[in-house]
Amino acid sequence: MGDHTLMRFMMIMKPNISEENWAPSAEAIAAMSAYNEELTKAGVLLALDGLQPTAMGARVSFASGQPTVTDGPFTEAQEMIGGYWLIQAKSRQEAVQWASRCPAADGDVIEVRQVYEMSDFADET
Amino acid sequence: MTDTVAAIDAVWRIESARVIGGLARLVHDVGLAEDLAQDAFVAALQQWPRSGIPDNPGAWLMATAKHRAIDQLRHRQMAERRHGQLGRELELEQMASEPDLDAAIDDQIGDDLLSLLFATCHPVLSTSARAALTLRLFGGLTTGEIARAFLVSEATIAQRVVRAKRTLAEARVPLEVPSGDQLTPRLASVLEVIYLIFNEGYSATAGEDWMRPALCEDALRVGRILAELLPGEAEVHGLVALMEIQASRSGARLGPGGEPVLLFEQDRSRWDRILIHRGLTALRRAERLGGALGPYALQAAIAACHARANAPIETDWPRIVALYDALAQLAPSPVVELNRAVAVSIAFGPDAALELVDALRDEPSLAGYHLLPSVRADLLARVGRHDEARAELARAASLTQNAGERRLLAQRAASL
Repeated sequence: MGDHTLMRFMMIMKPNISEENWAPSAEAIAAMSAYNEELTKAGVLLALDGLQPTAMGARVSFASGQPTVTDGPFTEAQEMIGGYWLIQAKSRQEAVQWASRCPAADGDVIEVRQVYEMSDFADET
Repeated sequence: MTDTVAAIDAVWRIESARVIGGLARLVHDVGLAEDLAQDAFVAALQQWPRSGIPDNPGAWLMATAKHRAIDQLRHRQMAERRHGQLGRELELEQMASEPDLDAAIDDQIGDDLLSLLFATCHPVLSTSARAALTLRLFGGLTTGEIARAFLVSEATIAQRVVRAKRTLAEARVPLEVPSGDQLTPRLASVLEVIYLIFNEGYSATAGEDWMRPALCEDALRVGRILAELLPGEAEVHGLVALMEIQASRSGARLGPGGEPVLLFEQDRSRWDRILIHRGLTALRRAERLGGALGPYALQAAIAACHARANAPIETDWPRIVALYDALAQLAPSPVVELNRAVAVSIAFGPDAALELVDALRDEPSLAGYHLLPSVRADLLARVGRHDEARAELARAASLTQNAGERRLLAQRAASL
């Protein structure tokens, strides 16, 4: 993958919290709102969402060509996704910079992943 | 490039406009502010690889640059003791020693950014100088990057930037946010520059340096920042909406061979839904502010009609005609008239449209414009005037430089 006209990164938040205290404190919410506003004011934020606890969700796994549905909650730490941001940046380093500025709690992990663009596939056709 | 150096580059990209804007308001000189910011950046490159990137890199850069500003001022004052300067030194020292208060900081950063953008887009500069200076100081691009994007030599851009900074200093352009009667015309100049940068990127063709299409992203970023800084200005949201929706089509507007694909023939599944959503949201912000829509918002509203339709046939053509009517009143131009005629032909049939197009035939600015005879040919064919249609297609073919387009026109003539 070479240079891009448009680079988008998904910052995937894997919070270090259990299913039971999924709802963040008012302070944490305020800090996160300020961070989201910073991303907006910098013109880099494209979209974001926070996810409800896994108890509200389900997992669909596949084996032998068959889907199997398992209802939440799920308990494995570091496997849960709390939400994501989609940002536009000039480089992976810039995306990492933005992720580093997140007012996250100890043990939280933000995975920064580049999004495939149309142009990634155009060359192959 | 080591990881830390790449990280410092990223910090620069994020912080440079704020740092330069803040400094410019202190030293009252955009060029000096940039030099000071650059010095601070060089200091960061020397120190951060050893010390690590500070918690608040923007504040570090700003503080370092402010100290340098004070040093410079002292040197200058020793050389030529002048009265008025003393006050400024005190002001600077105060700024440098005071920790910025959180409550005041947001407004201040906003004003720093705005006053910088209004300066780099000042009408005293030529449009090309405005674009280069804005990308350099507000967009954080290097002169080399700007040169690649505009297909000119780096020396040309460097000279353009130097001259622009000198012009601003000589004209004593104040670093401030225009108010009152001044705001509307000055804002128009800013929006013009942003859209010029966007269009430069949008007009890039396949195989060209990727820095060119990246200009769309740079323009969008400046536009989005401006929309947050001036949330009450409908035309800012209008321009952002227009750029978001146009950018949403970038994956569909070039064919596999790099040839342009017209709007009606584009594979709409390749339109970017996120950008369309953002564009429609920005347009709603413009509309909610009330009052008549300006030229950018009107063009965005037209683009939105296309964006909302899953196929050309599902497009709300009567609404597009109404929007073009409004646009023709506000910002009349022969190209707008021609587009209006196309919309009229789809909404109300070829006869009404032919009348509009016939009125444009003596328009000197469209004399070499191949789309005029091409559109007229289509309308003539639809009302059964085939001989005239063929003649118009031949005329269109003689006016276009594009071989693929000429082939298409010949095919159309043959099928009549």
